[in-house]
Amino acid sequence: MKAGSNLEKVLESGKFAVTAEIGPPQSANPEPLEHHAKMMKGFADAFNLTDNQTAVVRLSSIASAVIIMRESVEPVIQMTCRDRNRIALQSDLLGASALGVKNVLCLTGDHQTFGNEKGAKNVFDFDSVVELQVFDALRREGRQVGGEVIKDPPKVYLGCAENPFATPYEFRVSRLAKKVAAGADFCQTQAIFDMNMFEKWMDEVRARGLDKKVHILAGVIPMKSAGAARYMKNKVPGMIVPNEIVDRMKNAKDAKEEGVKLCVEQIEHLKAVKGVHGVHIMAVAWEEIVPKVAELAGLLPRPKSE
Amino acid sequence: MIVAKRKPLNEIADMVAPYKKVAVIGCRSCVAICLAGGEKEVKMTVSALKVKNKKEGRRQEFEALVVERQCEKEFVKEVEDKILSSDLVLSMACSLGAQTIGDMYPDHLCFPGLNTGFFGVPEEQGVWSEKCVGCGNCIIHTTGGICPISRCAKSMLNGPCGGSSNRKCEVNLDIDCAWAAIYDRLKLQNRLDLIESITPAKDWSASHAGGRRVYVREDARLTPHQKKGREAVQ
Repeated sequence: MKAGSNLEKVLESGKFAVTAEIGPPQSANPEPLEHHAKMMKGFADAFNLTDNQTAVVRLSSIASAVIIMRESVEPVIQMTCRDRNRIALQSDLLGASALGVKNVLCLTGDHQTFGNEKGAKNVFDFDSVVELQVFDALRREGRQVGGEVIKDPPKVYLGCAENPFATPYEFRVSRLAKKVAAGADFCQTQAIFDMNMFEKWMDEVRARGLDKKVHILAGVIPMKSAGAARYMKNKVPGMIVPNEIVDRMKNAKDAKEEGVKLCVEQIEHLKAVKGVHGVHIMAVAWEEIVPKVAELAGLLPRPKSE
Repeated sequence: MIVAKRKPLNEIADMVAPYKKVAVIGCRSCVAICLAGGEKEVKMTVSALKVKNKKEGRRQEFEALVVERQCEKEFVKEVEDKILSSDLVLSMACSLGAQTIGDMYPDHLCFPGLNTGFFGVPEEQGVWSEKCVGCGNCIIHTTGGICPISRCAKSMLNGPCGGSSNRKCEVNLDIDCAWAAIYDRLKLQNRLDLIESITPAKDWSASHAGGRRVYVREDARLTPHQKKGREAVQ
């Protein structure tokens, strides 16, 4: 075991994993985090805490992780390269590990022009591949990127994200291959709406044997409304939402119910795709729905963590 | 070349308002090519300032001047008397030109008429684009001759981010994704094997991150004796 996290145990024992996402609040109030942790406890194996996603200032992911750990819920902290250089990234990794965080998702990060601090200076000292490579060397050998070898290295299970739906498509499997070579243990994908395209990507992933080297968790987003579907189709960079899905949401009598139904169908479909070792449920601003989705998709009960 | 843009006229007018005699000095190098601070732009700016003053009943004296390369002292020297007889220099060169005048005549005011943007190239008539950030350690032989540090909004060194649609940059849909361009170029060159080799953490110490850079070529420097001789000639 690299970190001994619950997520690592589930994945390494060959079980189908479930992760979900908790968006930290735009405030200093820990209550929404406590609320979501209590509500979703036992419905997924670990919970991603986003790191100022879409470059909007929020309660920090590491602090959020500590808050949900107080509720005995396991975090996956997201760490982007947008706001921290190598000194801060390595320092925060040591700090997070010391606080008991065991899962880390390495991301390059959304550009600051999407957020609420458009005048910010970005960092991007690393990209996500370099971040993985540096964190991997740090956990395995205690070697910092600058060469110094430290005692008591962090014990972390490392993840990456990949988006099969962003251009240039020809690069997408190579990009995963690089992340695997750099040290990724698991990979959470962008939300999948175009199953054919995802399966084509997975064919290539399997052909390269990458599914044996990294645990792929297929991303899904339960949608509340037709507006959400349209928004993702038209406004979210690098996302593909087929027209059938937008229409299905538009024509539904009860959009919320349809959104859940659709998500459950997608999970059922993804469970059957060879090489997919879990799902990642991103119920953006709709965390309340995760227990229902998990239940209807037959993902319960989750394996007991010791 | 260095690509710059003229500041908005109102900003310039406010900046120069307190000064009676203003020498507006352009440059015939990069900023002339990017139509920001060459002879024509200097003249147009002076005319616009005069018209504005006339409308607003303000009296100021402007002189339009242009030098070959404002970042080189010997060319600035050619207009020294004009600089010294003015109350203010409005430099219409890039910031390097403005700073050269400032360093040569430290007790004299020199304000910037341009906003200096980037190292770039003219793409077509009226279009200039950034292609280098001066990181001090060029890697474009590994990226198909395309610089991802300047041409990718996130300066990614290991491939495209997950935000690109239709091979465009998520930050500006009018701009090509640098990594889509790199992919295409490497494919054309039969060098696609390169995309899977990991570019490790970059050493940014050769860039501005390492502090202000001064490059010295000892073999090209003048000896104290040579310097004296040159000063005597001048």
